[in-house]
Amino acid sequence: MLRKSLIAAAAMTLGAASLSACGSSDSGGDSGSGGSGGDETITMGFAQVGAESGWRTANTTSIQDTAEAEGIDLKFSDAQQKQENQIKAIRSYIQQKVDVIAFSPVVETGWDTVLQEAKRANIPVILTDRSVDSEDDSLYATFLGSDFVEEGEKAGQWLVDNASDMDVDGDGSVKVVQLEGTTGSAPAIDREEGFNSVIGSDDAIEVIASQTGDFTRDGGKKVMETFLSSEDGIDVVYAHNDDMGLGAIEAIKAEGLTPGEDIKIITVDAVKDGMTALANGEINFIVECNPLLGPQLMDLAKQVVAGEEVEKRVVTEETTFTQEQAKEALPDRQY
Amino acid sequence: MTDTLTPPDLPEATEPERRASRLETARRSPLVWPVLALVLLLAVNTVATPTFLLVDLSGDRLSGPLVNIARNAAPLVLIGLGMTLVIATRGIDLSVGAVAAIAGAVACVHIAGSPDPGAASTAVVAMSLALACCVALGLWNGFLVSVLGIQPIIATLVLMTAGRGLAMLVTDGQITTVTNGVLSGLAVGHVAKVPVAVLVALAVLGLTAFVVRRTALGMLVEAVGINPEASRLAGVRSRTIIWTVYVFVALCAGLAGLMIAGNTNAADANNAGLWIELDAILAVVIGGTSLAGGRFSLAGTVVGALFITTLAVTITNLGIPSQTNYVFKAIAVIAVCLIQSPQVRHALRRRRTPARTVAGGAA
Repeated sequence: MLRKSLIAAAAMTLGAASLSACGSSDSGGDSGSGGSGGDETITMGFAQVGAESGWRTANTTSIQDTAEAEGIDLKFSDAQQKQENQIKAIRSYIQQKVDVIAFSPVVETGWDTVLQEAKRANIPVILTDRSVDSEDDSLYATFLGSDFVEEGEKAGQWLVDNASDMDVDGDGSVKVVQLEGTTGSAPAIDREEGFNSVIGSDDAIEVIASQTGDFTRDGGKKVMETFLSSEDGIDVVYAHNDDMGLGAIEAIKAEGLTPGEDIKIITVDAVKDGMTALANGEINFIVECNPLLGPQLMDLAKQVVAGEEVEKRVVTEETTFTQEQAKEALPDRQY
Repeated sequence: MTDTLTPPDLPEATEPERRASRLETARRSPLVWPVLALVLLLAVNTVATPTFLLVDLSGDRLSGPLVNIARNAAPLVLIGLGMTLVIATRGIDLSVGAVAAIAGAVACVHIAGSPDPGAASTAVVAMSLALACCVALGLWNGFLVSVLGIQPIIATLVLMTAGRGLAMLVTDGQITTVTNGVLSGLAVGHVAKVPVAVLVALAVLGLTAFVVRRTALGMLVEAVGINPEASRLAGVRSRTIIWTVYVFVALCAGLAGLMIAGNTNAADANNAGLWIELDAILAVVIGGTSLAGGRFSLAGTVVGALFITTLAVTITNLGIPSQTNYVFKAIAVIAVCLIQSPQVRHALRRRRTPARTVAGGAA
């Protein structure tokens, strides 16, 4: 009886797993080259974090489109924000003997074992968008991505430069609440660190409360609702991504306040919904975090597979947006 | 409606206890511990933020932390009610989170793709469509469990894993943002100052309580949960009953999914209702319903759902750092579950027995 149900369980799980795999692997895996071999088609295994935000979706689309345009055989997997899924995906890429593995680590730590396995199999690894916390930087070929500390610094710098306008209630101090990203993730840690390091120069600015909103709108909204009742005199919201900022906007509106005026909002990312809110005056400042890594990633992949030396750290080009700049940039925005 | 949940023939109620005072009966009600835990949490919050319990009546709607808790708990209450009935039949439904995500996805994609995205009629069509999908998914789960006889945890695992894939297929992997007053009204709107979400949850609670307590249905559900074979032999159509509860929980999940989507005006296939199935099961357990099926408590589930929602607010309100908030949550939940354990309660009671009158008076 137990045996039977165990077998049934295994069968079901397998079935479900293959079903969900069908849902996410829509990239052109039909070239049939199947692994490295002698042909010149590069096979890349890419383990994506998930599709947790508009930013991530734009990132995925950019990688998939560029791979198709450049004739790279892309094997794509979606880890649904779980490290174990990502490790599983990387292991399966190693077994399939792909030419190069790229991934955005869900969290910073715990990658040494699986990266060692890739190294032993002589498959170069490119980290995209997020880094890993490892002593041994020979475990990966290069890290392509934004500098999250710098993003936090840019956000903090704008706040310091505009501190006089930011003190909404005029009590002489700028009270900031922070909506953190997923606990333990590199962007959450670095954006906090960069921000804090800059606002430390101005004694009037202080972070009075900080809590994770898991990078989601719902999380941002719920945390902000509680902040609005538990903290007095909030002047500024600093959200680690646009989506949490958009959630905070809903919470602020529900409280009968005007986002962007009664409470200033600074976010990071610059996805379309965020830029729209910025242009409408509901967000005050957005630090861009460019998701369109596809072209740079494919160039690096070609170089790495060809055995060329690449920089250990490649930073993506990024800018910042004020409300006026958002109005100008919005019509041509790709994501 | 809740007093029927504490019948005098509790298994542990022996002869002497029956003669005990009403206070004693209340103390021994399965509801008392979850309610006490909830009250304790509220007290902790009030110490941290003295205005925590204040409800502002002045505006065009009720506002304040308590109102937010009630509103944010609504989806969990809805799913919890459905889950209670499923668990009472000795089943479980792990797919509710995925079903909620599908409901939000279907509704938002329909609204976004329609010629008039802001119209109330669009929203009504979209929401009906979403709920119809959920009924279909519930029929599927019920079919697997009641007709094919697959164990509920396995049968619903299929949809739990594949369901988010379906939702992502519907939304094309994007977060679909919509602006529709009716959809967002379901989550953040208010009628006569009271949040619509709370009214909907209360309505479903009232309806469910009426159907299961004023008709024989509740008894039949319990009978199926206690002994499916015996109840079948006694003439209970257990297959129909089991099928019905899976459709009901899917419908509840769909309604919850619409609320979650309306709350942020967006369908997020990855995160909408993520882990809500576990929260719902927890709410049912905290509420005193046994996972072994049989006797169930709707009121207990509502208290459980409120407890879980309040716990989430407490973490932010107390300013517990993000790194440790899961530990805090774990300790609180373990404490409540320990108190719920018959063994622990029995041990506590035995220790009190010598001073029963004093203890009874103090409690």
